[in-house]
Amino acid sequence: MEALDGNAIGGLLLEVFGAEMTNATGVCAHCGASGELATLVVYLQAPGTVVRCRSCGQVLAVIVERLGVKCVDLRGVAALDRAD
Amino acid sequence: MARTAVRGRLSWQIATVDDVVVETARVRTIVLGVSEWPGHRAGQHLDVRLTAEDGYRAEREYSIASAPGEPVAITVERLDDGEVSPYLTDELRAGDEIELRGPIGGYFVWDVEHGGPLLLVAGGSGIVPLRAILRHRRRSESDVPVRLLYSSRRIEDVIYRAELDERADGAEVVYTLTREQPPGWTGHTGRVDAALLEEVAWPADEAQPPLAFVCGPTSFVETVASGLVSLGYPPARVKTERFGATGR
Repeated sequence: MEALDGNAIGGLLLEVFGAEMTNATGVCAHCGASGELATLVVYLQAPGTVVRCRSCGQVLAVIVERLGVKCVDLRGVAALDRAD
Repeated sequence: MARTAVRGRLSWQIATVDDVVVETARVRTIVLGVSEWPGHRAGQHLDVRLTAEDGYRAEREYSIASAPGEPVAITVERLDDGEVSPYLTDELRAGDEIELRGPIGGYFVWDVEHGGPLLLVAGGSGIVPLRAILRHRRRSESDVPVRLLYSSRRIEDVIYRAELDERADGAEVVYTLTREQPPGWTGHTGRVDAALLEEVAWPADEAQPPLAFVCGPTSFVETVASGLVSLGYPPARVKTERFGATGR
């Protein structure tokens, strides 16, 4: 399975957060690395969408849709700051 | 950001196909009429949603191929086992309707005030958002130096070739053909590697570090981005966008 990046889930993030998030900064709870969400590693074809840290590879977020509801698990995100 | 603007970008809306332009054997540009378009930035994309008769839905993101202020257009490469792209490239005709939402993206974008010099590096259909940047630079009469390094398999696969060959407003365009070269080809051959990057890329040691935009398949982007950082480009000045053959 090919890894993409956070650009590929710009629409999904807009839907979940109600704002442009690809240029928001996320901080990894595992290693402390920070970066724009567009730069994170994204797998679209897992069961749901899996977002991993580009530095340490740990899972930052999982987003699954069930019965039309988006379930968002930000387990590995220590901080999230919008650019604007 | 105004609440209404966010809602507009979140909502799916119907767009009308105004024109379908043949770019290469596998690639079409689809020009869209969108009634409620808030305007876009160079490098952004939009989501397309197709709904089958049985209600099954498929969504894909496509880079916007046109500059801000131009009619909205996407350029789509046909993937033979794709769910969405064969419909868009083969079936869609002027007057048809599709669902879309956008524009989307705040990272892989270039505004005139971001300046340069600009280094654009494209692999295959990764040229699409970079073409929007090139057109935006030209339309806004920016004098930022720009250099494009574009990797394709064959000369017939080069998207926007006639437009790129105009070398409009001093844009420098460097091609490399990885799989097959026409007779008499004097340009570069083979994949983009460290040596080619060193030859083509703006030096990183100038007072104003160059701003790079790299778009293509994942492995291409990884190679180019790490190569530019090795040449001294600050990672924050290397913007990347990876695309794959699959979508949600």
